[in-house]
Amino acid sequence: MAHQSDLIESDILAYLKSQEEKTLLRFITCGSVDDGKSTLIGRLLWDSKMVFEDQLAALEVDSKKVGTQGGAIDYALLLDGLQAEREQGITIDVAYRFFSTDKRKFIVADTPGHEQYTRNMVTGASTAQVAVILVDARKGLLTQTRRHSFLVSLVGIRNVVLAINKMDLIDFDQKQFDAIQRDYEKFAAPLGFASITAIPLSALNGDNMIEASANTPWYSGPTLMGYLENVPVAGDSRGEPFRLPVQWVNRPHLDFRGFCGTIASGTVRPGDEILVASSGRTSRVARIVTMQGDLPEATAGQAVTLTLKDEIDVSRGDMLTIPDAPPLHTRHPEAHLVWMHDEPLQPGQLYLVKTASAVTPGRVTAVQYVVDVNTLEQKQEPTLGLNGIGVVRLELDRPVSFDPYRNNRDTGSFILIDRYTNATVAAGMVITAPVDPDAVQVTEFTPEVVVCEDAAPVRISLSAASVSASGASVVDLSSEGCAIEFEISPSFIEHLGKGNRVLFRLKDLGQLHAVALLAFQQRLSFEFDRTAEGISILVFRRGIKPVENSYADTGTSI
Amino acid sequence: MSDNLTHLQQLEAESIHILREVVAEFNNPVMLYSIGKDSAVMLHLARKAFYPAPPPFPLLHVDTTWKFREMIQFRDRMAAECNLDLIVHVNEEGVNRGVSPFTHGSALYTDVMKTEGLKQALDRYKFDAAFGGARRDEEKSRAKERIFSFRSANHRWDPKSQRPELWNLYNTRIKPGESIRVFPISNWTELDVWQYIHLEQIPIVPLYYAAVRPVVERDGMLIMVDDDRLELQPGEKVEYKSVRFRTLGCYPLTAAVESEADTLPRIIQEMLLTRTSERQGRMIDHDQAGSMEKKKQEGYF
Repeated sequence: MAHQSDLIESDILAYLKSQEEKTLLRFITCGSVDDGKSTLIGRLLWDSKMVFEDQLAALEVDSKKVGTQGGAIDYALLLDGLQAEREQGITIDVAYRFFSTDKRKFIVADTPGHEQYTRNMVTGASTAQVAVILVDARKGLLTQTRRHSFLVSLVGIRNVVLAINKMDLIDFDQKQFDAIQRDYEKFAAPLGFASITAIPLSALNGDNMIEASANTPWYSGPTLMGYLENVPVAGDSRGEPFRLPVQWVNRPHLDFRGFCGTIASGTVRPGDEILVASSGRTSRVARIVTMQGDLPEATAGQAVTLTLKDEIDVSRGDMLTIPDAPPLHTRHPEAHLVWMHDEPLQPGQLYLVKTASAVTPGRVTAVQYVVDVNTLEQKQEPTLGLNGIGVVRLELDRPVSFDPYRNNRDTGSFILIDRYTNATVAAGMVITAPVDPDAVQVTEFTPEVVVCEDAAPVRISLSAASVSASGASVVDLSSEGCAIEFEISPSFIEHLGKGNRVLFRLKDLGQLHAVALLAFQQRLSFEFDRTAEGISILVFRRGIKPVENSYADTGTSI
Repeated sequence: MSDNLTHLQQLEAESIHILREVVAEFNNPVMLYSIGKDSAVMLHLARKAFYPAPPPFPLLHVDTTWKFREMIQFRDRMAAECNLDLIVHVNEEGVNRGVSPFTHGSALYTDVMKTEGLKQALDRYKFDAAFGGARRDEEKSRAKERIFSFRSANHRWDPKSQRPELWNLYNTRIKPGESIRVFPISNWTELDVWQYIHLEQIPIVPLYYAAVRPVVERDGMLIMVDDDRLELQPGEKVEYKSVRFRTLGCYPLTAAVESEADTLPRIIQEMLLTRTSERQGRMIDHDQAGSMEKKKQEGYF
């Protein structure tokens, strides 16, 4: 292990000082079984000199015994930890690997490519900031590529590397590389990634892993390591509204009440006004307490202890927030749900819902639709089975504070736990929440059109990207106070034309006109639904066959 | 996940979050304290997590009776300084049967004095959560273990049916008799641990620093003569060498390395320039590939 070995030898204190500024990047690698994921990670560990001599000796022995490289070093064996996996030659669970360079420390989630292990990929991706999606240069994009990309976008990863591996096996052919990159960019457009970086690689031989490869003179982009070292870490949420899910109340004696938790977003300073989301009570921050002295400021990602100026009731499960941008506080969140258990979801059955701030009993009241991860097609199904993904509505026993997942991964996520087996059965990501019927007094529904002071209707533009990039085909109009009208892009109509459905959530009946007009003009059909939570309209095109699976697993490139 | 925090600040925050989650959700947690540098970091993190209160759980040391004397002194000093309850458990059955690393081999000895001893202590005090200082970079089977790692009523780990672990949402639910092993520093590497010890000036057992100590060379390893229970074999002689320990365990099973590194920066320097991993000095891992996985399934940390 010897990066910067000159400085380490000559001035260890200077070296240690320089290491204090290092940042942390968590990323995930995804690919099909034979794309060479484990080899790629093994190579990164190898090339960043994180493999010790005794491990190397063990690796040489293992490579001869169970390796797949004809006795030569099999980097993948550095990773496949559990015996059963070694024997099968595949990775079957999520493993975490570590390496560092002078700029960054890296935590890699190594996740499987097998279809039945969607849950593992979602697990590994949940804490990752970047995804490295592997593609075999000979095969091009496969169904798995599509599936992995969808899952990565669902879990909120915004920056992806398209690692086109095994370039040595196609003689580093630029044309084929370009074609795969083009195909991918086209396919991934609706997924809303902030950046897609395609890199031609041979993980086995090291091409473009650390050093730019002489075999790809036509490629001028970053090497894989170069990219990982320099990509800005997404999710810097210092500027977002302050959120502190209270994890534990520290009361060592009568004169001290500290509220402990990890800041999910924003910044806090002594004197700041805060609101308890559940009760609406407010106070001001008195101190930010640490063992090494009080802090003048704390930001997202820090685990802190706050004291308040007033004695207000706060306990585990509450969320401290800034008063002018509070979170959703609701019993009825609508969410993406990834089912992770053999026993399928039982709508109506009570589960435990664990969020950043609370554990609350709750049930899934309705599965709005299920997404086919291979085709992205939406289907109407009553439940979710293992690895199923859908949009569901929940009913919690009491209101819980949430943010939409796309705004905040920490306060927008939850897990479902089976009350009888204690198994973690699902992962959820909040999309939105309708206005809570408990919070708003609605005694009788009055289908009156709200007349706005401002006569000009609000224009809402609809495109395929605006409905699918957010991860959900839901257009939420329930917060629009005024009359609305739509601006329709061709891609939106195309989206519906593929058999997709879009759910409009309305504030009142007055908004129905605009949706009906849209349906009339575009020859669409809709279903009307009124529940205790409000009005929703499901818009779709009748008589369209569901999307054909255009990405076959035949091994041929597309 | 903010970019303005350094990697150590982020690791620290994650660990503190884990420590607090356990205290909030479990009735009777305990911290396994092995006296080594990883335990030192874990204990330091616990003090920070619950400040100004002391950590609201006891420390448990499973004493094999073969620990270095300096470790035991250090353990007692730290418990007193941190104002913590210290439970020391010894497998008396093993002691009565005279189990030692010399007479029974490292595998059986470890099983009886460490694994069995640990299970006895967890059963006796009915702990429902036990913190351990294991790191994922230490060994392959650890790389796949969850931070909150479920154990059956028989203390068994089932690597094939681990609970999915997403975001920082940990499933802490168990039935009576079951327990969870919790690893707050899972995502730290050996280098992170040393850097953090340096940055936070965390006290560690003096054996980590090089000093002239009595050692014998046995099977290519340097074993320290810590007391008169180490019987010399034919041809062995006690030598005085400047040595230190990269990892601490039972003295007959933990090899010293020759070193002049007598300060923390020099230790880190040596570690960065060396070419062998820290577990190399532990005989327990040498038996066979997958040995740690087997031990873990049976209840070893």
